[in-house]
Amino acid sequence: MPKILEKILIRHPDVFYYKVDAPLISKKAKPGQFVIIRIHEKSERIPLSLADINPEEGTISLIVMSVGKTTTEMSTLNAGDEIRDLCGPLGQPTHIEKYGRVILVGGGFGAAPLYPIARELKATGNEVIVIMGARSSDLLIYEKEMRSLSDKVLITTDDGSKGVKGVVTVALKRELEQNAVDMVMAVGPAVMMKFVCETTKPFGVKTTVSLNSIMIDGTGMCGGCRVSIGGKTRFACIDGPEFNGHEVDWDILINRQKTYLNEEKESFEAWKKCHAFAVCE
Amino acid sequence: MTEKSAKKIILNKTPIPDQEPAKRRSNFLEVALGYTPEMAMKEAARCLQCKKPLCVAGCPVNVPIPQFINSIKTGDFKNAITIIKTASFLPAVCGRVCPQEDQCEKYCTLGKKGEPVAIGRLERFAADYAMQTSENGRPEMIEPTGKKVAIVGSGPSGLTCAFDLARLGHSVTIFEALHEAGGVLIYGIPEFRLPKKVVAHEIELLKDMGVKIITNAVIGKLITIDEIMEQFDACFIGTGAGFPKFMGVEGENLNGVYSANEFLTRVNLMRAYEFPEYDTPIKKGQRVAVIGGGNVAMDSVRTALRLGAKEATIIYRRSEKEMPARREEIHHAKEEGIRFELLTNPVKIIGENGWVKAIECVRMDLCEPDESGRSSPVCKAGSEFQIPVDVVIVAIGTGPNPLVPRSTLKLALNACGYITADEGTGRTSREGVFAGGDIVTGAATVILAMGAGRKAAAAIHEYLTCKN
Repeated sequence: MPKILEKILIRHPDVFYYKVDAPLISKKAKPGQFVIIRIHEKSERIPLSLADINPEEGTISLIVMSVGKTTTEMSTLNAGDEIRDLCGPLGQPTHIEKYGRVILVGGGFGAAPLYPIARELKATGNEVIVIMGARSSDLLIYEKEMRSLSDKVLITTDDGSKGVKGVVTVALKRELEQNAVDMVMAVGPAVMMKFVCETTKPFGVKTTVSLNSIMIDGTGMCGGCRVSIGGKTRFACIDGPEFNGHEVDWDILINRQKTYLNEEKESFEAWKKCHAFAVCE
Repeated sequence: MTEKSAKKIILNKTPIPDQEPAKRRSNFLEVALGYTPEMAMKEAARCLQCKKPLCVAGCPVNVPIPQFINSIKTGDFKNAITIIKTASFLPAVCGRVCPQEDQCEKYCTLGKKGEPVAIGRLERFAADYAMQTSENGRPEMIEPTGKKVAIVGSGPSGLTCAFDLARLGHSVTIFEALHEAGGVLIYGIPEFRLPKKVVAHEIELLKDMGVKIITNAVIGKLITIDEIMEQFDACFIGTGAGFPKFMGVEGENLNGVYSANEFLTRVNLMRAYEFPEYDTPIKKGQRVAVIGGGNVAMDSVRTALRLGAKEATIIYRRSEKEMPARREEIHHAKEEGIRFELLTNPVKIIGENGWVKAIECVRMDLCEPDESGRSSPVCKAGSEFQIPVDVVIVAIGTGPNPLVPRSTLKLALNACGYITADEGTGRTSREGVFAGGDIVTGAATVILAMGAGRKAAAAIHEYLTCKN
């Protein structure tokens, strides 16, 4: 079973960075792909984006925020512990080429998977501008890492505690108005990606988005992750997760993401009752 | 039959005890309970022990049927399983899920006058008896040959191929994409028809024989077939037809619409029926419609009923006669109170606030059979009507999973994306690469996949031994 080599609390109290020993996966994985994990016998399978890939070391990195039962249980795993099942790399890698000037937009967690994408884009000779948004400055992750490898980082916060006050699209629109942009890539909550696409559309700038639909197997078998792209049904797990954002039917995606809200709550509440003291560190 | 027997031929099969329909419709325990030793011996005594057993020819893996039945008749149950295992690696599975009525039992001499011998039930009895007595039927193994074979996929074809090759002394490694081995036997066929412990028992035998099983290994992503061929002497692809088809009608992406694969995987592999004890959720519909008339549709509708549906309905565009499902499954479904809307086709799914609310259907007529003998259904104009539902399960078939074909160089495929392979040997366009089961034929049965795995194993053995 794959071993956790390193765990860092990167945002108090609920966002963790994990470095996992996965030599085979690390040799194959490319930016934009994901893995599926299952942490114990009774656990769900959940997809997680790759936050970094290090083939020399034979490791991959994951960033997990405790939002529900499975992710909170994951947060109880520490360095030295093993992940019961780790499957990947899954999905199509981000298409990297020399576009010219590229804007990467990361909302909340989106910043993490954008990190290896930014590095590849930079290595391919692109000018990389990163726009990172969060509700408040203390919720930002990966700012330092992004600054280390991009040409410009713009921060937006809903409360104005850092950078531009407002949402990512405010900064995005300003950039699009000021300079010619060749490509936009967005990773984050579906609603954010939807508005990013609405912002870029009038400028005619190609925009890819990474869709986080509900999945089980991640290999094209269940069809639970299906999304509607340009009126056609596609599976996010094998055809995506990245698609042309201007073709995505956002309403279907956002609706389908809500399928198990009640069950997720029920399951998490039941777990919290039994593990009131398990999650502290 | 040469021996003169004074006793009269019994025309009917010894009945198999079932769980009462009223009870079983709310649990996931097995429906058919299996023969007792007395029942098995009684049924075995019906066999005429034909000199030219047509039943054997009707079996895709040619199980020596009269011989194992004779052992049961004499009470030597241990020998019965030994005989079966010379031909079939998964008797506990086949005894339960094989369509015997179209295979061995179809050709039984007794069937001309009355009911055929219950070969499937006897096979199951022998396998279950062995399991209960911890007799795993490990065959004699040949000296290691030093040859390495990779098997891609751990469904019925892959498991059978692995069993045969391991027995012949080859070093076998199975790669499975999911976290548990067994393929469709684990994720597809429900517990009430095939208990998971039965499959696990058979897989333990493979491990005992030295077969390595690597789970969470998605071939085409983690390792390609080309890379496998650098490390192994031969490879068998048995990745199945697991790619769900949708109807393409309006409303198919509403919440509450599942592919049968997703619905069954949530319940079988992920044990959603034990939610919240197990974490994977499922929508337990009150009124569930399942589109399709095959075994997967029957499994889905009966699963929905067990999850608590008040009304579970099969919607099928042809009549009962054309249904591809086994008669036994249709019979069980009816006993459990499943509704059948036959000659009915869905035209759209109607939603409310993002959730399924109803399904709109149209009645169909079957026109005169064409030259191929098949009657195609045609819509009856103006016959549209709605069925109120909160869950819809689409069970209209599957296609080939594209991960292996897309990632393998020079692997010939047919127009539908299935791998082109020789029927008798499983040989593909790539040297040393063999394929069989649903990824070659399209969705079929467990036993046909096993037959393909077995033929490929023989061809791989020949390939490996003649190569030197």
